[in-house]
Amino acid sequence: MTEASAEPILQVRDLVKHFPVTQGVVFKRTIGHVRAVDGVSFDLHKGETLGVVGESGCGKSTLAQVLMRLEQPTSGTALFEGEDMFAKKGADLRRLRRDMQIVLQDPYTSLNPRKTVGDIVGEPFEIHPEVAPKGERQRKVQELLDIVGLNPEHVHRYPHQFSGGQRQRIGIARALALKPKVIVCDEPVSALDVSIQAQVMNLLGELQSEFGLSYIFIAHDLGVVRHLSDRVGVMYLGKMVETGTEDQIYEHPQHPYTQALLSSVPVPDPTLRDRREMIRLSGDVPSPANPPSGCRFRTRCWKATDLCAEQQPALEIRREGGQVVGDELSTDGNAHPSACHFAEERPHVVA
Amino acid sequence: MVEPGRTVSALEADEVADGDVEEPEPAGIPRRRLVFRRFLRNRMALVGLVVIVLLFAIAYLGHYLTPWDYNEQDFTSFLEPPSAEHWFGTTRTGGDVFALTMRGLQKSLVIGLLVGLIATGFATVIGTFAAYYGGAVDRVLMWGVDLLLVLPAFLVIAVLSPTFQGTTWLMFVALLALFSWMVPARAIRAMTFSVKEQPYVQAARFMGVSGPRIVFRHIIPNISSFIIIDATLQVGFAVIAEAGLSYFGFGVQPPDVSLGTLISDGARSAISYPWLFLFAGGALVLFVLAVNFVGDGLRDALDPDAEGGSR
Repeated sequence: MTEASAEPILQVRDLVKHFPVTQGVVFKRTIGHVRAVDGVSFDLHKGETLGVVGESGCGKSTLAQVLMRLEQPTSGTALFEGEDMFAKKGADLRRLRRDMQIVLQDPYTSLNPRKTVGDIVGEPFEIHPEVAPKGERQRKVQELLDIVGLNPEHVHRYPHQFSGGQRQRIGIARALALKPKVIVCDEPVSALDVSIQAQVMNLLGELQSEFGLSYIFIAHDLGVVRHLSDRVGVMYLGKMVETGTEDQIYEHPQHPYTQALLSSVPVPDPTLRDRREMIRLSGDVPSPANPPSGCRFRTRCWKATDLCAEQQPALEIRREGGQVVGDELSTDGNAHPSACHFAEERPHVVA
Repeated sequence: MVEPGRTVSALEADEVADGDVEEPEPAGIPRRRLVFRRFLRNRMALVGLVVIVLLFAIAYLGHYLTPWDYNEQDFTSFLEPPSAEHWFGTTRTGGDVFALTMRGLQKSLVIGLLVGLIATGFATVIGTFAAYYGGAVDRVLMWGVDLLLVLPAFLVIAVLSPTFQGTTWLMFVALLALFSWMVPARAIRAMTFSVKEQPYVQAARFMGVSGPRIVFRHIIPNISSFIIIDATLQVGFAVIAEAGLSYFGFGVQPPDVSLGTLISDGARSAISYPWLFLFAGGALVLFVLAVNFVGDGLRDALDPDAEGGSR
């Protein structure tokens, strides 16, 4: 880990978010729970990017909503700069909201079509007037537009007059307005063209080093996450199945799900394409309302045994025959936590 | 209908479609002025606005133009067609139709606009808040809506109006408004349900924007097209409803007149003595039409996506 010594800015422990499933018209009964997020823990350090990867429906966006305090967690704790963020109310909550901002996925719908760019980017100032007094707002908004690479003259334009990439820049400017410490990026580039994706990713990278931001970068595409992340967590059905540094996850994946995800990243070079191993997962993600017993990935895993159905594998550094998995292949220590009973490296899935 | 405004807007549309972001509206104009400019560029809306202003002017200043008063009778001419003496002709009892129409217009203009504004305002606030907050708030508010919907509005107003007799006809406006906001409120509630799920509303909630502020700043502007159209329709309905009630002897009482009473009196002899009916009816049509044009213009001016300019 890059800054293991420093105090993490955000510490999340065993975060759980269950949504009740109700039935009945007048008398609503709870007949089950959708386990959207089911025991997620991670640390986020200052200036660091944590990538969170997983398929659609694995709970990534719910994780973002809980962290942004849009939904109350079912259980679990999160410390923001050492303070419990779920206990915050009133003025404390407002201050927390200044420090944590979000960039949403779809730049086409996340900007109010009836408001000008100036209004959109300036709205945070209206809720937190202490950041920018009224007279200064226009100038501040123009500064922000300049920072994200838009023409400051365009404050009076409407979102539909911008392209997708430019709109996402507006969304980023809005998130930056209050000078937050943490920005949650909820699939910020997945709605954009590939050529534009790189621009926006680069912008996010530049902003990070300029303002010392920490990112939680949510995506369903490992390729995108790698570009920016210091550490990566792979999520499956509400649980983290493997966490590690960018190098550990991409070069030395241990969990079969991570390996499958990596093998599905498209490779531009056709000669390389033939040489690597493809893992094709069959079946769909099981319903989070009724997850499989034991290891949640076992229904789609080629290694699954009876043990996987009985025992839920913990997210920890795996040992096999007394030796730490990942250590034998290199000397720089690739051991990292993964939640699989049969964790082993499989280098050929990565091109 | 090609006019300068039209060609400019067509060009804009092309540019946006090409993904070119250059200069759809001149940059550097604050939104309020932009809306105003777009409204002025809409010729029909401008005409509508001028017509409404003229109607008001003539309704309140009309009696300076003619020697006759609305409750005066000319005993030398009964049921005369329009002439230099009586511009719009005279009634059975020798009343001057021009003076009567102007008097009726005064009432109907104010009743129409006030009822339209009040009812739509009510519908908007109740509908959006019910949908945005949901749960108990929604149930209580919708219970109120349903209660008012099942009450027979006509009978209630009929029963209540003698109580207000002689006080002020503004009570009549309030009653009409009270019984005309429920259906639009339900429609607005349904629209709010879909708008509140939009990511930009979520983004505002992420930022910590308060509920009422989200409703007024994010939700209402995005359903304003419907609200404006509803308001213009309500204006027409109010004038007609007032006419219907007055016909049965509620609402505006003789010797006072409204467009509604004039139309219902004149309609019986519309074929043989068309001037009794035509002028009041024409004023009503003109008024409702003008309100509709203004509404359309407002809607287009407020909608940044619409091709501003002409229609």
